[in-house]
Amino acid sequence: MTAATVIDLDVATVRDLNARLQALGRDSNLGPVHVRHPRGRHALAVGVSAPVDILLDGPVGYYAGGMNDGARIVIDGNAATGVAENMMAGLVRVRGDASQSAGATAHGGLLVIEGNAGARCGISLKGADIVVGGSVGHMSAFMAQSGTLVVCGDAGEALGDSLYEARLFVRGAVRSLGADCEEKPMGAAERALVAALLDRAGMAAIDAASFRCFGSARRLYHFHVDNAQAY
Amino acid sequence: MPADTPRTPPRVSATFDRATIAEIQRAAATGIYDIRGGGAKRRLPHFDDLLFLGASMSRYPLEGYRERCGTDVVLGTRHAKTPIEIRIPITIAGMSFGALSGNAKEALGRGATIAGTSTTTGDGGMTEEERGHSRSLIYQYLPSRYGMNLRDLRRCDAIEIVIGQGAKPGGGGMLLGQKITDRVAAMRDLPPGIDQRSACRHPDWTGPDDLEIKIEELRELTGWEKPIFVKIGASRPYYDVALAVKAGADVVVLDGMQGGTAATQEVFIEHVGLPTLAAIRPAVRALQELGMHRRVQLVVSGGIRSGADVAKALALGADAVSIGTAALIALGDNAPALEAEYQALGTTAGAYDDWHEGRDPAGITTQDPALAARLDPVLGGRRLANYLAVMTMEAQAIARACGKSHLHNLEPEDMVALTMEAAAMTQLPLAGTDWYPGKAPG
Amino acid sequence: MCGIAGLFLKSPALEGSLGALLAGMLDVLAGRGPDSTGFAIYGDEAAAPGMAAGDARVRLTLRGLAGADAPGLTRAVAAGLEGGDADLVLRDDHAVLLVPEAQEAAARALIARVAPSARVVASGRRIELYKGVGLPAEVATRFDLAAMRGTHAIGHTRMATESAVTVAAAHPFSTGPDQCLVHNGSLSNHNALRRTLRREGLAFETENDTEVAAGYLTWRMRQGMTLEAALAAALDDLDGFYTFVVATRTGFGVLRDPIACKPAVMAETGDYVAFASEYRALAGLPGIEAARLFEPDAARVYVWERAA
Repeated sequence: MTAATVIDLDVATVRDLNARLQALGRDSNLGPVHVRHPRGRHALAVGVSAPVDILLDGPVGYYAGGMNDGARIVIDGNAATGVAENMMAGLVRVRGDASQSAGATAHGGLLVIEGNAGARCGISLKGADIVVGGSVGHMSAFMAQSGTLVVCGDAGEALGDSLYEARLFVRGAVRSLGADCEEKPMGAAERALVAALLDRAGMAAIDAASFRCFGSARRLYHFHVDNAQAY
Repeated sequence: MPADTPRTPPRVSATFDRATIAEIQRAAATGIYDIRGGGAKRRLPHFDDLLFLGASMSRYPLEGYRERCGTDVVLGTRHAKTPIEIRIPITIAGMSFGALSGNAKEALGRGATIAGTSTTTGDGGMTEEERGHSRSLIYQYLPSRYGMNLRDLRRCDAIEIVIGQGAKPGGGGMLLGQKITDRVAAMRDLPPGIDQRSACRHPDWTGPDDLEIKIEELRELTGWEKPIFVKIGASRPYYDVALAVKAGADVVVLDGMQGGTAATQEVFIEHVGLPTLAAIRPAVRALQELGMHRRVQLVVSGGIRSGADVAKALALGADAVSIGTAALIALGDNAPALEAEYQALGTTAGAYDDWHEGRDPAGITTQDPALAARLDPVLGGRRLANYLAVMTMEAQAIARACGKSHLHNLEPEDMVALTMEAAAMTQLPLAGTDWYPGKAPG
Repeated sequence: MCGIAGLFLKSPALEGSLGALLAGMLDVLAGRGPDSTGFAIYGDEAAAPGMAAGDARVRLTLRGLAGADAPGLTRAVAAGLEGGDADLVLRDDHAVLLVPEAQEAAARALIARVAPSARVVASGRRIELYKGVGLPAEVATRFDLAAMRGTHAIGHTRMATESAVTVAAAHPFSTGPDQCLVHNGSLSNHNALRRTLRREGLAFETENDTEVAAGYLTWRMRQGMTLEAALAAALDDLDGFYTFVVATRTGFGVLRDPIACKPAVMAETGDYVAFASEYRALAGLPGIEAARLFEPDAARVYVWERAA
């Protein structure tokens, strides 16, 4: 066990932190980095390509872990808008709640939110996987293109509006489905997908069979005037 | 009734003219609004309504071709460690791979590079063709974030956050499926062949206060090296430019309603936004009031066609201009040589605007491999470079005639307005007077 | 476009620190609103010696009094009022004038005569309202916010969007007794609504969208609605993007539009309810580590009330 590198944001600047983390190469073998006193600061640990373990020790501001490219980031607190936005690879885990637009446009990697996520969770998702232990707010997975959103709690209004090929799984209640989102059969392949994601998220105790599956009805894939109200 | 009795000739309504009637009939038949490419086609107050005064006895001109008239400009001097230095104040506007073919993107990069200026990606990510052939490449950051990735963010030369474009300020869009080929679809993480819907707001910020935080993130992602441009469609330029500056922009790109689009509703193109001419003065005033004129650079686009337009935009206070439609024409768009093919598409050379359909005979606004192969990127690049050189020389000719040793020394006072409208919009005096509408007496 | 902070105390123990806590919250939000800063703070109901039970004095916050002669002004107002009861406290270019509630109209008329440069920017038994152009730290220092005490307070840092960078266009806006509102966002139907409200007898001093929202709530409460009902009605009548924090004599409310793009984070403990645009502004509050942190839902009315 390597001793943790401690960076205290009451002393170091956000620029210091990010410059140091971004300088690590993909083959870095640096041990864990413990970031103290984040105090809601923005843009923490963004654009890190090294497979390094980073602990953000408290609530963080906007875009924590933004464009993460391989780091394993744990946020021990709540995360503000756009956590792990446009993530390319790696892991971001929020031990508390996440605000709106969590995992927005993320291309790869896994975002785990142990608490609840706000509105627009997984908006324009482009291939990443998101597992939310609690509930998600309205317009989640809006225009989500590919990837997976697993919600162990409830989903707010207009889930999956204008959905493309992302797959959505919800265990609790869905307040309403957005335009072009429909329930799909939950088969063995879907159960296996959910089980694998729950396992990676550390939530293997939850029964994958208890989720419902949602996807695109593909009615908006080609314009038709009778669907105009859905645009 | 005798044959020679005078008859009322058929009279077309000014309100319900032929085009209006045809559009109602088309809408009733198809149930979809008219989508097209390009910018506003209606007549608008424009740079043609301004004239330069030139030197005579009270001012002395510079000798053409001998006495130097500088054209270089640096974009992004406010915060970025590595601003963009360009040799001419004319850049290539953002146009997506998807809207344009790979060859067209390469040609734009080649032409811009020969001319010593920058080119810009679009709503579809960065291609190898354009990165490889562009000396300075501006990477657009759009609501869709198609093709947005860390590698490209770090290998661009500037980042342009697109809030709006002149053809459709406030609008998202829908690109019909014909152009979503396998390659375009893969770059955008979409299924091939489907209609692509674009959002009008960014997914993770709304408003200038949050934009400030987004800009901070982009700077943190790129080590505070790259200039951050903010592109707005002209609607409330005075406020929007001020807000872009407050949010931290290094460069503001202001796109008037003549600015083109790959595909938008005709009603949006023709009825929303401000003409370029009307947008510049309030934008410059906002910069001046904040003490940021020439410190935050202003790039103006939308209907720039000639060196005269360049000179006029700069004289009104822009630092540079950007061209899109004109660059496509330089590459070969709407070439008369293709008239037979345009006729076959139900249009004519000079009017073709169905860029979204992907059947462009010039091989520019298409993803059809056979059509795209018609555009030779080397030749296209050369043509664009020629055109940029001509525009630059034209602007220099005007500037020298006004006694300027650099294009940036052109001033509003070097010009007059030809029409009341242009005088009111620019606050330049009506030609032959010292008055413009709204000017206080005395 | 802005930063918002609000703090509603449940525990009297923190009342002495209210101003200092709010000042700390606003300072963090400087980036969201570098143009101007304003705040409203609710103190104790003020009764003068000898007043009958149930009677109270009203506080009139006046602006535009830079360099004023406070004792002279107090004497001039007192001399013109029945009973001669008036106190005036000058803070920078603002002042708070305390007079018997029944004589508010008379006091306003006197002020207009003896201090024509002054404007009454808020009135009520508890509210005092201060705003100025500049960063929050400067404005808070000018008015000595850190020394102010009270039960609840809201504040605002403004990035001006479509109206001028002036003190008049700074938030909070107070359009009714002991009422005020701060806003982050941008309304899209405020011009038409302002015309409607003018016909209903409300007066507006600026072209600012937020003043219309404040006036709307005043109008609804004047019709007899509770704060909660007025906020619920606002969901139908106000278009655009908004996060509002509102305060009344005894209440504290939060409302976000149905799309809820503009940020909002709240913290609740046994001692307080706090609101901020960003968590950073809450990070310095006592006991924040143990607070229940949550984001107010879209299109849901939140109201906290304290005993009058």
